[in-house]
Amino acid sequence: MSDIKKFLYVNRRAPYGTVYALESLEVVLIGAAFDQDVSLVFMDDGVFQLKKDQNSEASGMKNFSPTFNALGDYDVNKIYVEKESLEARGMTMDDLMALTYEDEDDDWAEKSSMHLVSADEVRDLMEESEVVLSF
Amino acid sequence: MPSMDVNGSEVEVDEEGYLADINDWNREIATALAETEEVELTDSHWEVIDFLREYYDEYQIAPAVRVLTKAIGKKLGKDKGNSKYLYELFPYGPAKQACKIGGLPKPTGCI
Repeated sequence: MSDIKKFLYVNRRAPYGTVYALESLEVVLIGAAFDQDVSLVFMDDGVFQLKKDQNSEASGMKNFSPTFNALGDYDVNKIYVEKESLEARGMTMDDLMALTYEDEDDDWAEKSSMHLVSADEVRDLMEESEVVLSF
Repeated sequence: MPSMDVNGSEVEVDEEGYLADINDWNREIATALAETEEVELTDSHWEVIDFLREYYDEYQIAPAVRVLTKAIGKKLGKDKGNSKYLYELFPYGPAKQACKIGGLPKPTGCI
């Protein structure tokens, strides 16, 4: 088995209007096949990507937000949301999808993948990651 | 865009033979797609295809093989949740062939 690296995907843009958010999610899903240590952080307008009950009809783009619910199946279960970005947009964790995963080591108990973190903690996450991909 | 003939009506497909519009799909089309893949559909095949369509409906993606085997095992029983069983049904790749027959796009990350 090759070395497992710590990957951090940084999502900073709104879900629609550009293709960055969807591309990021696809890269995460493809990368998940390689058994790496994957974390996702959502900050700035990127927090909108996790908004509940999205309707993308007016944008002419497919609403891909249901796909975030599949991340747990792909063993991607470290989702970090930056507190300052949420607050600046008048949002709380209750406005976001409650992403979960099933813990194989704990009799498949359903656990939350969502973590609220401060800007300082995001900086620490970036520091301790070996590969940081920004979208 | 290329098309295929299903009992006298034209159905649009892409260059690789995947259905252009997933809403066009029905069981007749699935049977025709299965013929192009040289797969004879049994109840066991349908079980996997129906599962994939439900998965796509919920998550808007076709799952990777690893995810598919795990999920099938959970839903249809451990004896079916392994790649040997799925490869017996779909010899050229369960995710790829079952998605094609199920009228879904090629799975993300499928090469």
